[in-house]
Amino acid sequence: MALKKIRGLGLTKKYPGRLIIVEGCDGSGKSTQLHLLRVWLEHQGFPVFFTEWNSSELVNAATRRAKKKNLLTPTTFSLIHACDFADRYEKIILPPLRAGYIVLADRYVYTAYARDVARGCDPDWVRNLYSFAVKPTLGFYFHAPLEVSVSRILVGRPTLKYHEAGMDLDLSPDPVESFKIFQGIIKKQYDSMVKPEKLTRIDATRSITVMQDEMRALTADKLADYVPPDNSPGPGVRITHDPDLNDLRGESHFEDVEDLDETADDMEMDVDEAPEVPLDTDESSDYSSAP
Amino acid sequence: MPAKDAASAGAPPRYYGKGIPYLKDITLPGKLIVIEGPDGSGRSTQTALLKEWLESSGHAVLNVGLRRSDLVMSAIIEAKKGNLLGKTTLSLLYATDLADQLENRIIPAMRAGFVAIADRYIYTLMARDLVRGAGEEWLEKLFGFAVVPDLIFYLDARPDLLMHRAFAKYGQLDYWESGMDLGASGDMIEGFLRYQTVLRVRYKGLAEKYGFQVLDGSAEPEAIQRRLRKRVEDFFAESRPKGKGKG
Repeated sequence: MALKKIRGLGLTKKYPGRLIIVEGCDGSGKSTQLHLLRVWLEHQGFPVFFTEWNSSELVNAATRRAKKKNLLTPTTFSLIHACDFADRYEKIILPPLRAGYIVLADRYVYTAYARDVARGCDPDWVRNLYSFAVKPTLGFYFHAPLEVSVSRILVGRPTLKYHEAGMDLDLSPDPVESFKIFQGIIKKQYDSMVKPEKLTRIDATRSITVMQDEMRALTADKLADYVPPDNSPGPGVRITHDPDLNDLRGESHFEDVEDLDETADDMEMDVDEAPEVPLDTDESSDYSSAP
Repeated sequence: MPAKDAASAGAPPRYYGKGIPYLKDITLPGKLIVIEGPDGSGRSTQTALLKEWLESSGHAVLNVGLRRSDLVMSAIIEAKKGNLLGKTTLSLLYATDLADQLENRIIPAMRAGFVAIADRYIYTLMARDLVRGAGEEWLEKLFGFAVVPDLIFYLDARPDLLMHRAFAKYGQLDYWESGMDLGASGDMIEGFLRYQTVLRVRYKGLAEKYGFQVLDGSAEPEAIQRRLRKRVEDFFAESRPKGKGKG
């Protein structure tokens, strides 16, 4: 049957681009570091795309309303963040990667692994949920003693949000106390992931410049054989959430690529990879990160 | 609402997969009956009739269905209007909707001894996603949080019949039900028939795997309802003596 071999959901794909992500507890300084890395990459003329956790406009309205009303259970909290991630993934992470660009992500699937499990979801269930996502080229985990990151957050942000403080877990009636316990559980999750997920641990107690030097050196290694695509736009590409710009599927103004895209994404197999395994049998074997 | 002591009876929830870890030490004296089938198979008619009958025989009944959760529905509706969503995102939004209803409506109702009738459940979502290329194992694990229903009915109908019913009911064919997002065909009629054919194949696969009781959706509504009630009646008769297995 022709329609049987449609590809898409739950399948990962190879990509010629580079995906660099940062992870870590709140207050570990990872966003600052990713920003500096971005500036450095752009300065060298690399086309860089950037995305951050929980920022899909489409899902955001629903998430915000639900959080405000405390309507979420651990399972729906997890799922709604997976929706947010999937929306960004399908529009602004995977397409640039497949087109050969560099994508920087402030938090990736590991944030979900850590937080959702801390909230009581099953670890295997959460991993399966995100199994459509490709592995990053480089995953930086910013590691600092709990007291350091907690105090950084508490200084800069006197009132903690309900979910941020893990108040939904009934850890403590005091938000600050609850936040500390919650961050501790999350940190433990992160620490246990470093090895199996091959994350690169960055000691976040050091100065900003020292950390940045280390990140740049590691990144440069991964870019040694990287060639940006021809005709790539100049540095500083900020991908917006406008689906007309990002989602090629079914858009008539991409007449040249439409057929190809239709073939690759919707119907049958394709084009550049042609895996020998039937499409709906194995989704993990297709995992691949750039060298 | 039934008396409080009703909640003391009943078995702990049976989940398909890993389940909901923080909802394992509860008991569910209520029942879950699922009615599955494609659009136009007569599900809502059958659901309404079944509810009426169960209530008249003294059961408290809760009706649930897909796309009824306040959590993500506005996002789904907005997105579907403009076809703005990728497949994985849409799939996960539906899963969120289902999880929300399961935790906030179905499980609480079952805990209170209600019979919950679900007008579609995880199987419709699975069938749709399978047609769109999702991995079977991925879906199976994703919906591992779902409670195993006591009874699953599937109303089977030929695609051409579904097409005529769609015309009669809505005056036109639906974009999604015609597989237009898949580019099934440029022609809507052909798209509808192709998409519904593939969907039916998927439903049949699931029927075997999950033990659906298949009913002929092209029969007279009254005839279908009679069969439905008979099976439900038998099930209640069987499950009455304590300790006897269900489903």
